[in-house]
Amino acid sequence: MAAEYFMPQEYLHHLGAVLPALLRGAWIAVYVVVAAELIGVSFGLIIALLRLSKSRWMNIPALIYVDLIRGTPMLVQILFLYFGLPSLISAISGRPWSIDPILAGILALGFNSAAYVSEVFRTAIGSLDKGQTEAARALGLNRLQTFRFVVLPQAFRWAIPPLGNEFITLLKDTSLLSVIGVAEILKEGQLYAARTYAIFPTYIGIAIVYIVLTLSIANVLRYVERKLKVPT
Amino acid sequence: MIEVTALHKSFGQLHVLRGVDLKVEANQTVCLLGSSGSGKSTLLRCLNLLEVPTSGRIIIDGRNVTDRNTSMTDVCRNVGMVFQQFNLFPHLSVLKNITLAPLKTGLQKPAEANELAMQLLKQVGLEDKAPAYPSQLSGGQKQRVAIARALAMRPKVMLFDEPTSALDPEMVGEVLAVMKSLAHQMTIMAVTHEMSFAKDAADRILFMDQGVIVEDAPPAEFFANPKTDRAKQFLNTIH
Repeated sequence: MAAEYFMPQEYLHHLGAVLPALLRGAWIAVYVVVAAELIGVSFGLIIALLRLSKSRWMNIPALIYVDLIRGTPMLVQILFLYFGLPSLISAISGRPWSIDPILAGILALGFNSAAYVSEVFRTAIGSLDKGQTEAARALGLNRLQTFRFVVLPQAFRWAIPPLGNEFITLLKDTSLLSVIGVAEILKEGQLYAARTYAIFPTYIGIAIVYIVLTLSIANVLRYVERKLKVPT
Repeated sequence: MIEVTALHKSFGQLHVLRGVDLKVEANQTVCLLGSSGSGKSTLLRCLNLLEVPTSGRIIIDGRNVTDRNTSMTDVCRNVGMVFQQFNLFPHLSVLKNITLAPLKTGLQKPAEANELAMQLLKQVGLEDKAPAYPSQLSGGQKQRVAIARALAMRPKVMLFDEPTSALDPEMVGEVLAVMKSLAHQMTIMAVTHEMSFAKDAADRILFMDQGVIVEDAPPAEFFANPKTDRAKQFLNTIH
C-alpha cells in the first residue's frame, strides 16, 4: 500500500465521495437488522416462555440454547453458519451446497439476538406482580387471554429500554458480516479505502454512519416508550 | 349456592385446610373471621380454583368445581373476586379494566359492556373516573373500581379477600359501603377484619381456627356469646 500523504483538503472530498457507498451499506445493514430482529423478538419470546415453563422438557433445552449462544462469539456463529454448516451439508448430501451471505447473516444475527431478547422478556414477565395474573384468571380469562391482554402489554413496556440496547448492539454487529462478504457499511468502506487509499476519511465516514443509525434507533425507541407510557 | 365437603389443602408439608364443610344459601352474606394463618384466605381461593384443593368437593351453583373436567375459566365466570391489593391492570384505563373480561370472554358486546361498566361505576360512585388510569386513583377508589370490575361479569358469587386491609383508615368506609350495598343481591363470602361489616351486613359468621370452621352462627349470637375459647380469645384481641 502506498504511504498516505497528509492532505486534509482531500479528506472532505473523500468523505463526500465514500458516502454513497456507505449509504448502500447502511441500507443492507438496516435490512439485515430488521429481518434479524423479527426472528430475534419472536423466537426470543418463545424461548422466554419455555424458560418460564415448569416442565423440565421445556425449560432445560431453552436454557441450553441461551447458554450456547451467549457462550460463543458471534463471529464464530456467523462463520459456522456460512462456512461450517454448508460444508457439512455438502459432505452429507454429496452435492455442493451454499448459503447466501445475507441470509446467513440474518439467521446468525437473529438466532443470536433471540438468546439475549429471551432474557429480557424472561425478567420482564418475571417482574410482574403475581396478583395481575390472579386477577385476570379470577375474572374468567383463560391462560392465553391473560398472557395476551394482561401480561404481555406490561412486560413489553418494561422491556423497551433493554430491547433498545439489544437493537443497537445488533446494528453494530452487522459489521461482523463483512468477513463473509456482505456489502454492509464496513465492507463498502473498506472497498473504497482499498481503491483510493483514503483510509482515514473513510473510517471517519464509517463511524459517522453508525452513529447516525444508532442515534436514530435510540430516538425511535424513546418515542415508542413515550407513546406507550401510562399516565400517572 | 355453595357446598363444600371435606375440603383439604396442603402446601407441601403445611396442612392449611383440614376438612372444611360448608353450605351457603343463595344471596347470603357470610363473613369469615379468624386469626391469620387460620385458612380463611386459602378457603376463599379454593372456591375459584386460585388454589387447587388437595382433596374434598366444592359445588358452586350446581357445578362441581373440583371435577377435573371443570376449567377454572368456567368457574370464574360465575365467581367474582376482590383482592387485598386491588390488582387493577395498570396499563388500562378504569373503563377498560372493567370491560376487558366481559369483552374478551365474549360475554358482552362492546356497546353493552361500556354501558354496564358506566352503570357499575355510577353504582360505586366513580363515573367520572372512567378515562383515568389506576395510578391516578386513591386506594379506596382503586378498590371500588376492582369491585365494579368483578361485578361486570355478572357473577352469582362474590369473594372478598381482606378488601380493606391495604387501605388507609379513612378510605375503609367508602369500600365497606359499596360491599354493604351488594348484600342480599348476590352470594357474598368475605374475609375481613372489619367487625362493623360483619355485625351489620353478614347473615352468618364463620369462625376459623387451624384450618377448620369452629363456629358458625348469626353475628348477634357470635359476638354476644361465642361458644369456643378460641373465638372468645379472638374477640378479646379485636376489641
